[in-house]
Amino acid sequence: MSATITNETTALTRKGAGKKQVDRLLLTVLGYVFISLLAVLCIIPFLLIISSSLTEEAKIVENGFQLFPTAFSVDAYTLLFKYPAQMVKAYGVTVAVTAVGTLAGLFLTAMTAYVLQRKDFKWRNKFSFFFFFTTLFSGGLVPWYLMIVNYLDLKDRLIVLILPMLLNVFYIIVMKSFMSGIPEAITESAKIDGAGDFRIFIQLMLPLSKPALATIGLFIALAYWNDWYNALLFVSNENLMPLQYYLYKMLGNMDGMRRAMVSSGAVVTMNIPTESLKMAMTIVATGPILLAYPFIQRYFVQGLTIGAVKG
Amino acid sequence: MNRQGFWGEVRKNKVLLMMLAPAVLFFLLFAYVPMAGIVLAFKQFNYDGGIFGSPWNGLDNFRFFFDSGNAWMVTRNTALYNIAFIIVNNVLQIAAAILLFEAVGKWFRKLTQTVMFLPYFISWVVVGAIAYNLFNYDVGTLNSILTAIGLERIDVYNTPSYWPFILVLVSAWKALGYGSVMYLAAITGIDTEMYEAAEIDGANVFQRIFHITIPNLYPTIIILVLLAVGNIFRGDFGMFYNMVGNNGLLFSSTDVIDTFVFRSLTTSNEIGLSAAAGFYQSILGFATILLANYAVRKYDKDHALF
Repeated sequence: MSATITNETTALTRKGAGKKQVDRLLLTVLGYVFISLLAVLCIIPFLLIISSSLTEEAKIVENGFQLFPTAFSVDAYTLLFKYPAQMVKAYGVTVAVTAVGTLAGLFLTAMTAYVLQRKDFKWRNKFSFFFFFTTLFSGGLVPWYLMIVNYLDLKDRLIVLILPMLLNVFYIIVMKSFMSGIPEAITESAKIDGAGDFRIFIQLMLPLSKPALATIGLFIALAYWNDWYNALLFVSNENLMPLQYYLYKMLGNMDGMRRAMVSSGAVVTMNIPTESLKMAMTIVATGPILLAYPFIQRYFVQGLTIGAVKG
Repeated sequence: MNRQGFWGEVRKNKVLLMMLAPAVLFFLLFAYVPMAGIVLAFKQFNYDGGIFGSPWNGLDNFRFFFDSGNAWMVTRNTALYNIAFIIVNNVLQIAAAILLFEAVGKWFRKLTQTVMFLPYFISWVVVGAIAYNLFNYDVGTLNSILTAIGLERIDVYNTPSYWPFILVLVSAWKALGYGSVMYLAAITGIDTEMYEAAEIDGANVFQRIFHITIPNLYPTIIILVLLAVGNIFRGDFGMFYNMVGNNGLLFSSTDVIDTFVFRSLTTSNEIGLSAAAGFYQSILGFATILLANYAVRKYDKDHALF
């Protein structure tokens, strides 16, 4: 009697196990198919741009852009690197803005966060709210625009590409919560030794906050590198155009592109491969990010995870 | 006495206050003074008078904004797009996160995660270049494919009805990597004991996903969605502007409050109208974010914004 029951149960379990295996297999197949599909959809546009930038112009005009180059040609890149003046200028602006903006922004973010997390600072909540409120309510685009153009008179100055993006409340909050996780005992002993608040911040807090500084620094740098909005609003001088805005301009009109190549030294009558050139410019403007991406991606994932846990 | 207390506090925190000064100045200049500039919405702006010297014109700017029908159109577009983005993006991100966690190998997960995160890193200008590559009438890849298989070309940039689908896809494409990493972090945080208990009880993987993983994600989902709902009247200017630009043919289905405000300011130079539309958006946005925060607070106090 008991033997039959045992037999039945083992049979059942085995049957259950078999069913489970089938489910597992089904999920695995579903997972690989679905995730592969998403990944392919994410990468294809980049391949399209690369392929298009390497296709002979005549073929593009004839057949349109293709996933694989039907007639391979590096004409667009040759032209870009032969007459690089405009592109180099735009690169220079972007590199300078990104470097200065990231360093200054990161330092101010950390300094502000340090004060706001000091538990002995009586007004920290009041100041935190002062900063935070700006994320809830704003005067809108127009007063902000007029402030920068009419009152601060920053139009067509390099600093207008740096200043409006210098601080971000969200980064201050993330930095603040990271710093408040650093044991107070560490700064306490320095204070007893007579170190001032600023020195504690520079010599103790900054080195201890390296992981958060790296992540937030990368977010800030990415925002500066990818910025075109401030240029769209505030820059009309061609010498001050950052890379993304320059690309935006070039994508917008072929005449502009022709003019830019000519002012870079190309001959007016030259046959300019506009379509492949647009794509080549896109690649050159995105290049550094694509190259740095595999190495920095990790820090972004870390940063997001910190943010997600903290809420 | 109180006054002395205040100055005493200032003296005690002299250095800290000085360290805070640059940020305070920054937000005063770029946030608080412009907030006072919302009076422009009730004024007939001229450059001589500036923000505070221009003459008042009551509600004329608002009347113009609402009577033209633009107010309703851009509000509807902004809200509907954001609702679609919230639903589609979250469903995709959650599905991707669960499958990344449950179904695929470690090596494959790392690789695909890297690939899916890529679109997050590029600027909206580059996304605009990709859209150009795909949808251009003469040379776009989509039309290359259509003509190659003997079908008619389609004129994407002249057809408003395609755009809701395109914009939802683009938004999903750009946000997938970021969102799935967030959800993946939440899934990784689920107590493994629950999975073991389910295993012993004979649950299969699908039961486990639907009865353990997803319910455990509810707090994360509810909070992220509510916070997104709080921003439902804020359009993503970079996306709409780079995908559509100033192509008036598409405005009926693509114009959002932010692009309307921008155009009124820069293209048609109607500063009063632009300020009124911006003010309208600020009030609407402020109200919804307060409501959303109230909802989060009711659900889980710890995750409320304030």
